[in-house]
Amino acid sequence: MDFKSFVFYFFSTILVLASLRVITARNPVHAVLFLVLAFVSGGGIWLLLDAEFLAMTLILVYVGAVMVLFLFVVMMLDINLDRLREGFWSYLPLGATVGALMALEMGVILGGSYLNLFESSVPSAASESNVKAIGRLIYTDYVYPFELASVILLVGIVAAIALTGRKRKPTKAIDPARQVLVKASDRLRIISMPAEKKE
Amino acid sequence: MLTLSHYLILAALVFAIGIVGIFLNRKNLIVLLMSIELMLLAVNTNFVAFSRFMNDVDGQVFVFFILVVAAAEAAIGLAILVVLFRNLKTIHVDDLDQLKG
Repeated sequence: MDFKSFVFYFFSTILVLASLRVITARNPVHAVLFLVLAFVSGGGIWLLLDAEFLAMTLILVYVGAVMVLFLFVVMMLDINLDRLREGFWSYLPLGATVGALMALEMGVILGGSYLNLFESSVPSAASESNVKAIGRLIYTDYVYPFELASVILLVGIVAAIALTGRKRKPTKAIDPARQVLVKASDRLRIISMPAEKKE
Repeated sequence: MLTLSHYLILAALVFAIGIVGIFLNRKNLIVLLMSIELMLLAVNTNFVAFSRFMNDVDGQVFVFFILVVAAAEAAIGLAILVVLFRNLKTIHVDDLDQLKG
């Protein structure tokens, strides 16, 4: 077994075990930490596939931002651990059967000899750097989808802030729009009174 | 000697684990979101493997876009979770029956 195969089996073992622990961990905080481990091992697998840019993005963006966000939310919520585990054991036979069947089917197809996938060897690595190749594609062929992606991120930011930001009610701030719309009749009332008699 | 099959079977395993996670943790919204992330990781691994073996970088650009959408999805999903918890003081699936569906 050459070094590359060893690295592949090492990372994939950790990836599968960590994913199993993600779905079986009793404490959601542990589940998030195992998910971090799974993502780091996935990044290792991607490095093995010469996708350096994506592996770094996975670790920086996913582990560094999204998983930390998960961790924040999990720690912020006050969760009743026992109620969350309700039905775990009753769903286990069905879930395990479906999962094993799916994995078996996909394994039979992907590992089968008729697709010649096992014979498809790795082509030699590209001469130019992976980051350069992706950058060239993103800024030429995929420039409009790339800008759309930034719009999606903007929508995500706006939605998250609009959902969770709460308005504080008892403020004495002045609303300029309402100030401008004020009419004299709202504030000033002219009353006609009969003149008083002189004594 | 590593072939395309190795990577595809690994991704299939992780995807199946993600689906089993959705079955097992039906009462736990947070772990449901995490199972979806696992499945996305498996799909992305497939994309990267195919892009590598076909010597075509387009697949990796797609992974890039999937990462963007998944990040936005996770942020909005967690924001909804926080709002839900703030209003109902619980995120237990059985208590979420406001719509009477």
